[in-house]
Amino acid sequence: MEDIKTGRDAAWREELRKALSAKERASIPRAKMPQLDAAYRICNNEEVNQGLSDEEAVLEASRCLDCPTPTCVEGCPVGIDIPGFIKNVQRGDIKTAAAVLGRTSALPAVCGRVCPQERQCESRCIYNKMKKEPVAIGYLERFAADKARENNLSPEDAVAAPKGIKIAVVGSGPAGLSFAGDMSRRGFEVHVFEALHEIGGVLKYGIPAFRLPNAIVDAELDNLRRRGVQFHADTVIGRTFGYEDILQMGFKGMFVASGAGLPRFMNIPGENLIGVMSSNEYLTRINLMGAGTAGHDTPAPKGKRVAVVGGGNTAMDSVRTARRMGAEAMIIYRRSEAEMPARLEEVIHAKEEGVQFMTLCNPIEYKGDEKGRVKSVIVQRMELGEPDASGRRSPVPIEGAVEEIPVDLVIVSVGVSPNPLIPSSIEGLEVTKRGTLAVDETLQTSIPVIYAGGDIVRGGATVILAMGDGRQAAASMSKKLLENE
Amino acid sequence: MNRIIEKSYFSEKVVKLIVEAPAVAKARKPGHFVIVRTGEGGERIPLTIASADPVAGTIMLVVQAVGESTRKICALEAGDCLTDLVGPLGRATDIKKHEGTVVCCAGGVGIAPLLPIVEAMKKAGNRVVSVIAARSADLIILEDEIRKWSDEVIVMTDDGSAGRKGLVTAGVEEILLREKVSEVVAIGPAVMMKFVALLTKKYEVPTICSLNTIMVDGTGMCGACRVNVGGKMRFVCVDGPEFDAHQVDFDEMIMRMRAYDL
Repeated sequence: MEDIKTGRDAAWREELRKALSAKERASIPRAKMPQLDAAYRICNNEEVNQGLSDEEAVLEASRCLDCPTPTCVEGCPVGIDIPGFIKNVQRGDIKTAAAVLGRTSALPAVCGRVCPQERQCESRCIYNKMKKEPVAIGYLERFAADKARENNLSPEDAVAAPKGIKIAVVGSGPAGLSFAGDMSRRGFEVHVFEALHEIGGVLKYGIPAFRLPNAIVDAELDNLRRRGVQFHADTVIGRTFGYEDILQMGFKGMFVASGAGLPRFMNIPGENLIGVMSSNEYLTRINLMGAGTAGHDTPAPKGKRVAVVGGGNTAMDSVRTARRMGAEAMIIYRRSEAEMPARLEEVIHAKEEGVQFMTLCNPIEYKGDEKGRVKSVIVQRMELGEPDASGRRSPVPIEGAVEEIPVDLVIVSVGVSPNPLIPSSIEGLEVTKRGTLAVDETLQTSIPVIYAGGDIVRGGATVILAMGDGRQAAASMSKKLLENE
Repeated sequence: MNRIIEKSYFSEKVVKLIVEAPAVAKARKPGHFVIVRTGEGGERIPLTIASADPVAGTIMLVVQAVGESTRKICALEAGDCLTDLVGPLGRATDIKKHEGTVVCCAGGVGIAPLLPIVEAMKKAGNRVVSVIAARSADLIILEDEIRKWSDEVIVMTDDGSAGRKGLVTAGVEEILLREKVSEVVAIGPAVMMKFVALLTKKYEVPTICSLNTIMVDGTGMCGACRVNVGGKMRFVCVDGPEFDAHQVDFDEMIMRMRAYDL
């Protein structure tokens, strides 16, 4: 039905296409995201991106050429009908725009904020071929999701009749939440178990509020609660309840989305000095535990000169958090800026906020004072050599180019390994060499009633991919369970 | 929310709490710990489970008021609730029948987490000799309970106000000298475990220690609890809390435990 309203053939869409020529559309400059001033924002945790105004959004939406074969959709890991929602934004039908998003994305307000669009949908926009800036798909996704939420225009859920089948979800991050959303919509009784005291996983403990305000996540959680999803905090599956307990409690299926877990370190001298810590620890202390703000007991890691090692989004989140904690902060990254895995926007924002970038530098040792506190990092200067397995040019040490940089806090953000908690506590669950859970193409594990997705399968990916897994697992599991009925 | 059913004092700063936690009481094994949080702005802190009653659905925690968070917990009364309690976490103690004696030693509040191990070692058919030590008589806790599951108990105090005057190591060495010991289990302050490990290394007796490092999440996510064991980085929360005491770099651990001291 919606397809009649939103399909490319719909009369209103044809009209929109005719209203402006492609040339006229292409001549409109890409919208600029209104943002807080850098000097102001480093003194607080307010969201940096303020969102497009109605006028800006409609104008940006009109840039979209509504291509007959929209390549942007191919760039989206979950295949969102991008022109479908954008054209609804253009004609001011936010409710339908949100409904189009809701068909494929469980958390559009989150993805509109944290997806690396420049590498996904926007990188495939036809404008790139025309040497023009791509349509700001991410800004528009966020606009549609925010508007719908603020004006209570969120699409009414067509929830299937209760099936009386209980499903357990391990972890309340993006994969678990999207799975829970889809399964509850299908009429299953969904219980989400979370090890931490807060629901939301990486959306809460990891991504800082200046990039993803907690209220956005809470609104999504409330939606799920309204639909009957039950959340159980402080519950570690594999510890508080074993797999046997889960079966005994009457659960007919389980989706494991327990995340990547263990932080990696570099195994270099001095890494256990006081003041050297993982980005997981730093961000969890500050984001989840409120360290450094009044009324919170968790101590905050203090540093006047902070080095963050790594070039991913978590590194950017950490270094920008350090700026907000009042520190002078730098990124130390072994490749060049072009190879950085972080979203471009995060790199730009970090620079605006005064973060120094020491690229082509690799820490080889940390030195401490007599109390065991880190006082400097020894870095090895690098140059780019041949491309490595990742396709990026690999960093090669420049002989003798070593220097010592004074620092008093180091945040190691060089990736994570899969959390062994679930794999080690459920007998018969097959694990890959990397320690991730082995799944088939339907995301089913070696135990038929257990499915898995997100970082426990991928080993460290993005919110959108985790969400996509949640959706896929929900589709496969529900099909399987209903076949057996 | 987990209700405190009963509270009593071992000493001015050491309290015993019986807390409602049915799932934890059922799932826990000797060696396991929980993470608790008091108040909405509360810190997550690890506490070892001293004992559990799966029928009543309760666990026993022994807490010494040493910092802000432990003081808050100690100030709670029966009927109050812990804001959060999660567990059981960590790996359980490896309990088996040994050929020779098992020596279980602890200092101060370390006696609490030692208790379930003493009990399990005894039930596994071992000869168990326990050495419990503290600064003074009022800090010796759970002595009757330890006695119940031990073939012999040696009490040591720094000031001689209970048992014998001296350190825990004196009691342990006495046993090592007189009988065949297959394993030593040591729980207590890091410096105490360090010296027990140095002693038992001399006698080449395998020794297990239970580490109580700083933690945030307790599920392997933050890495705050990392320790150097035999040259390898290990996480106390998921790889421990028990390790081969002869492999642990105690000096580094002691240094790291001061990370947030002013």
